[in-house]
Amino acid sequence: MTKTEYQHPLMKGYWDRLDCGFGKVADVFEDCMAEALAVLSLDDVNHYLDAAGTLGKMGRGADPVLAFLEKWPAVAAAAGSDMLAPVMAFIGAMQKSPNSQAIAPFLQTLGAVARRLQSGEQLQHYLDIAADLMKRTTGSIHGHHSTFPSPGLPDFCEQAPRLVGLLSISGLKNWVDYGVRNYRNHPERQKDYFGLQLADSHAVLQRERHGTLFADVERKLDLYLRALWQDGDQLVPYTTAFDELRKPIPYYDKLGMRIPDVLDDSDGADGVISGLDRYRAILAHMVGHRRWSKQIIADNYSPFQRMAVEFFEDCRIENLLIRAYPGLRRIFLALHPLPDETECDPETTSCLRHRLAMMSRALLDPQHPYTNPILLEFTARFHATLEAGTSSTREMADLALAYVTRTRRQTDQLAKVHFDNTVIDYRDDNRHLWVFIEDSDDEEFFDDPSKQNKKPAEIQSLPPRHYPEWDSASQTYRPDWASVYEALHAKGNPADIDKLLLKHAALAKQLKRLLDLIKPQEKVRIRYQEEGSDLDLDVALRSLIDFKGGAQPDPRINMSHRTDGRNITVLLLLDLSESLNEKAAGGQQTILELSQEAVSLLAWAIDCLGDPCAIAGFHSNTRHEVRYQHIKGFSERWDDTVKARLAAMAAGWSTRMGAALRHAGHYLAPRRADKKILLLLTDGAPADIDVSEPDHLRADARKAVEELAAQGITTFCLSLDPKADEYVREIFGNHWRVLDRIERLPEQLPLLYLSLTR
Amino acid sequence: MSNKDQYLVKTEPFYQAQGREVALYEAAYGARLPVMVKGPTGCGKSRFIEYMAWKLNKPLITVACNEDMTASDLVGRYLLEANGTRWLDGPLTTAARIGAICYLDEIVEARQDTTVVIHPLTDHRRVLPLDKKGELLEAHADFQLVISYNPGYQSLMKDLKQSTKQRFTAFSFDYPPPELEIGIISRETGLAEGTVAKLVTIGQTGRNLKGHGLDEGISTRLLVHAATLIKRGVDAGDACRMALVQPITDDPDIRATLEHAIDTTFI
Ligand SMILES: Nc1ncnc2c1ncn2[C@@H]1O[C@H](COP(=O)(O)OP(=O)(O)OP(=O)(O)O)[C@@H](O)[C@H]1O
Ligand SMILES: [Mg+2]
Repeated sequence: MTKTEYQHPLMKGYWDRLDCGFGKVADVFEDCMAEALAVLSLDDVNHYLDAAGTLGKMGRGADPVLAFLEKWPAVAAAAGSDMLAPVMAFIGAMQKSPNSQAIAPFLQTLGAVARRLQSGEQLQHYLDIAADLMKRTTGSIHGHHSTFPSPGLPDFCEQAPRLVGLLSISGLKNWVDYGVRNYRNHPERQKDYFGLQLADSHAVLQRERHGTLFADVERKLDLYLRALWQDGDQLVPYTTAFDELRKPIPYYDKLGMRIPDVLDDSDGADGVISGLDRYRAILAHMVGHRRWSKQIIADNYSPFQRMAVEFFEDCRIENLLIRAYPGLRRIFLALHPLPDETECDPETTSCLRHRLAMMSRALLDPQHPYTNPILLEFTARFHATLEAGTSSTREMADLALAYVTRTRRQTDQLAKVHFDNTVIDYRDDNRHLWVFIEDSDDEEFFDDPSKQNKKPAEIQSLPPRHYPEWDSASQTYRPDWASVYEALHAKGNPADIDKLLLKHAALAKQLKRLLDLIKPQEKVRIRYQEEGSDLDLDVALRSLIDFKGGAQPDPRINMSHRTDGRNITVLLLLDLSESLNEKAAGGQQTILELSQEAVSLLAWAIDCLGDPCAIAGFHSNTRHEVRYQHIKGFSERWDDTVKARLAAMAAGWSTRMGAALRHAGHYLAPRRADKKILLLLTDGAPADIDVSEPDHLRADARKAVEELAAQGITTFCLSLDPKADEYVREIFGNHWRVLDRIERLPEQLPLLYLSLTR
Repeated sequence: MSNKDQYLVKTEPFYQAQGREVALYEAAYGARLPVMVKGPTGCGKSRFIEYMAWKLNKPLITVACNEDMTASDLVGRYLLEANGTRWLDGPLTTAARIGAICYLDEIVEARQDTTVVIHPLTDHRRVLPLDKKGELLEAHADFQLVISYNPGYQSLMKDLKQSTKQRFTAFSFDYPPPELEIGIISRETGLAEGTVAKLVTIGQTGRNLKGHGLDEGISTRLLVHAATLIKRGVDAGDACRMALVQPITDDPDIRATLEHAIDTTFI
């Protein structure tokens, strides 16, 4: 092709102005111009052509011109045509420094970047960041002059659309900064960092992402489920950063509720919904299913029918949720698409999704704009079924089938499906709704071999003590039912505990201040006493003056002394069952490690206060083997022997709580103290492998607590199980607390003790 | 100075029974058995006793106990006067003399050595020794002792001795179920039941967090406060924040959760 082929004089004029000889450019020129003319003013068109001409003469071949011609109109549309000067200035800088090989990648992604940033100002920030990256990574290798191009810049430009999609400008700046600082002198690694090939670059990306991070709102979400819905489950985030095409969908299963690790605020026609409220919407929707949805058999339905059932069922539970909290409607609607009735062409496209999305909107939105009579009819039928109560999944399935039948079209079968405006992203994938009868893979049940092979380890300790166990079914005790073996805990290295204490030095200092406040003084003066051992001169004088002046004197002119107000003995009983080996949610440490730190701090704190304190751990392997491990006795000092035992703390087996409580009680009961406290630290309900009925051991533990109370011992339980409410109340009455954030155990356990004994 | 009348409850207090407590209390009073009312703060314990005093037409003397209270504050003391001394009965003594119901509110707040002065009044002797005065006061036939006690206190130090507890019959109160609570608040404040129902929903969300950062849930008393504010024209959201959220927590996460409950309940 040559320039002579342009017939239209105007187009020929443009081509001449461009003054460019590349054939590849000529191929697309007319298309580019069509787009440019639609977006740019006449003046800007001339600038556009001049700029492209300049790019063509830079000696980098056709690629930069091509990229520029194709992308600029979109950039100008998104960020304004006056960005041309700064963009060209940056390109000039690349050309001058030895970075011209980055020009083409820069231009190729500029359109996508501008579309995401949506303003000239933001785009300018992007240019500044890129320029900064270029300046700091060019030619600095081993102190040479600017002779080496920046290794990272081309990769950075290639990744830019994705980066600006995930990061705010300041996040992008931090991310670039990190790469420059750490990889300035490693050309290969620098390239990998900016090309998102290093674990590091992902990690920093994750840290700098915009939106509401799950990690930041986790506790709020736990509280939300508990307070508003009395529900609660493990919340498990999945990553959304690296799936551009297929966004994962929330779901829940036996292991927990799966939700995105980050959510942006959504800015729809109905107003802004914060990331936090989007999370709440997702969770509320799941709660709705968990409360009101029943599984149905999938095999009888076609995929279309299943899809319709899901839409209707989703709307049913959302209506029920809105009944409980009417304000949810606003949130759901703001997140729900409002498809235009005419936007799907049923002649060429499968419109079922589109129809169902409108149906769904209508079922939630009393102000929906639709007029289709079938839609209106089904909206009315839907609300009629819900009027009397909560309706059911079954009824929704029937309604959905009727709807599919009534609205069926041949073209629903077409491969081209209308997706726009049909995705409702706060709804889970409904996997819980269906059971498939065929192909069910039977779960195999077999006993955990690790448990069976464990030989009853040799028990070298005192002879067992036998304790009764309460049988709530018959309301009688089973005599001598549980055998408790007590032994000294094995020893480890006491320095490990000192290290842990050192790690928490700041916390310890804080505690120390508190401790000093409540630490008993040798003698405490009690003032304002009518009778006492000494006259309180200040008060006496005041009273005398009142009396002489004819006023009623205060008769409490004496004072007395009391020695040491604190008379507390405490036994700290630790659940050392297998589950402690699990990692605490959201952290690297196991619950056991956290407990170890917490107990060390507490033991240290109690030692400072001077309260007599004993520490023991327990676990069980059937009623024949309840192990009670002595860690610290009341009379033992907080010294290396005790620290060594703490250092060796290990977890295994089950939790036969009642027997352990009784055994601990037999040590506490004979102590002489005003207040005897048994503080139990546990992460779960009582359980043992020889008991299948969970209520049994709970009832027994409750009985044990009552027995202790009768002996003047107060039992308090600190539970690490966020779902403990159901049973801790039953066992411990009012004396319990659940720690929602296990990672704060080291701080919370000593504080709890202090507040309990205040 | 038998000013018995001043302690009578003149007009009928509104009390909504939650169960059979009215009849049971009458039986306990009939036998002059000491009564303990247990329950979380603001659930209607004081109101119940006030109502019973009115119903039985007996004087009611209420003492709010505190840490600094001494036995003399309950029993009485000598006062110095220009020409000698004069004995002044404390509220417990007054009640025993005139045959009143003596209500010791939040008894656990008082020091344990103070608590023991009630012991001789609570067994078959029904006497109160006034050591300093050298008098052994026999309680009036109508006298009854009532104490209140909130077992939800998290401090283990504030607990009644077994020997004290075991002298009482006990009523255990809790926040009423939603329908009842709606009725109570609506009746108490004149606010429409529809709006009150929303307040009760929010109250429930707070109670669900007990033990998870809240020591006590949102009490009926606080809900009454919120309803009163709304009745006076305060915006519902503001009233809830002011009466239900701010008083009970400084934890930002819990605040955010309760505020969300408010925002999605009142629209
Ligand atoms: N059953 C009820 N009938 C009528 N009003 C009630 C009832 N329960 C609670 N209230 C309302 O709640 C308010 C608080 O009740 P009250 O003062 O009796 O609580 P309390 O249990 O004594 O609390 P505290 O332990 O803090 O002293 C009352 O003023 C009243 O408005
Ligand atoms: Mg009260």
